[in-house]
Amino acid sequence: MTMPMYVSPEQLMKDRADYARKGISRGRAAVASTYANGVLLCAENPSNTLRKVGEIYDRIAFVGVGKYSEFDQLRIAGVRHADLKGYSFSRDDVDALWLANQYAQILGQYFTHEMKPLEIEMIVAEIGEESVSDQLFHLLYDGTVMDTRGFVVIGGEADVIRGRMEEEWSQEMDLSEAVSVSVSALAGPDRTLVPDDLEVAVLSRENGRRAFGRLEGGDLAGLLN
Amino acid sequence: MAGDRRATSGSLISSRSMEKVFPADSHSGVAISGVAGPAMEMVRLFQLQLEHYEKVEGVPLSLDGKANQLSVMLRENLPAAMQGLVVVPIFAGYDHRSGTGRLFQFDVTGGRYEEGDFATVGSGSLHASTVVKLRHHNDLDGDGVVDVAVEALFQAADEDSATGGPDPLRGIYPVVARITAEGFERLDESDVAERTDAFLAGLGDSYR
Repeated sequence: MTMPMYVSPEQLMKDRADYARKGISRGRAAVASTYANGVLLCAENPSNTLRKVGEIYDRIAFVGVGKYSEFDQLRIAGVRHADLKGYSFSRDDVDALWLANQYAQILGQYFTHEMKPLEIEMIVAEIGEESVSDQLFHLLYDGTVMDTRGFVVIGGEADVIRGRMEEEWSQEMDLSEAVSVSVSALAGPDRTLVPDDLEVAVLSRENGRRAFGRLEGGDLAGLLN
Repeated sequence: MAGDRRATSGSLISSRSMEKVFPADSHSGVAISGVAGPAMEMVRLFQLQLEHYEKVEGVPLSLDGKANQLSVMLRENLPAAMQGLVVVPIFAGYDHRSGTGRLFQFDVTGGRYEEGDFATVGSGSLHASTVVKLRHHNDLDGDGVVDVAVEALFQAADEDSATGGPDPLRGIYPVVARITAEGFERLDESDVAERTDAFLAGLGDSYR
């Protein structure tokens, strides 16, 4: 029997989407959420060296899940693009919307034209002068960009974690409340996550020009208690 | 680190309030001399380079790495420098690895020379360095070292037309910054003014 040489475009796209989704759902989750002073970024990450959360620019940060080598490559490209744009024009001209669109182009390009899609899901977060202008962009493996308010969950079991966030998250929480809510959403009712299991950072209006700051060790332990 | 405020175009004063001392990052600083345009551009690019490295790698460069980076930029500027667009900096910072302050002098080719006590650069540098040489010792505290810098700049301005002295009429004083384990800290202009006034009062009638 001869093998069919034709695959419908729908089937091809569906296969790629399934492939990407499978790669992403195998990994651990991360959540970005707004709080009183900015944006909290929480990822379940047992490694101290391979990081999922990164600073992109003065008021912009990145969270990635899925295949590390792939999202780290995009993280570095984002830093490069942002630094170059800020240098060529002005620091004020770099914003998360522009960056999210750049990422969407790359993700879409890979999804459609390369041998395999990138197995990653990303968040680009930006804080504004006030809470009302804080932004969260959710990027999918195929280049879809979603502009969200409140919180975004990415990675494995995202739907379940999202459900927990919907119940517990509220606007304008202080930092320790916000950390509690995010970490318990990631952990679920059956587990406790300790600082070593987590990678936590904030974009805070209290941090001066570079809003990004990591919460580690004793500081994080204090907030979790 | 301290620098005067004058920029000249030939014999004309083109700026009375130019800043020549900048934070390179949280724990290091760069002071520039030479042609203002390329010097400012080099500072800006240097600051960007240090921050970019830190964001991409997740850790900041070592102090030696930062100094080396500046050397490379100076070397790249050599063709322009040969055409007249000279830039010569001083680089200094707090080295977390050794737990001390360290400072580096450069030449126009990017040659890097670590100094143990002090460094000066610019048209007034010979006069300034003589004053520092006479006043500097290893037990200077945070205030004492500022006084030495204020005096050195004052004497340089008194001898070199391209170095500006304190300008009480406009409230413009040298830019002075201290870099410690806590980071780069620029002194308030009012503090520098106060120390300048104290120094001048100390001179009394000795120059009459």
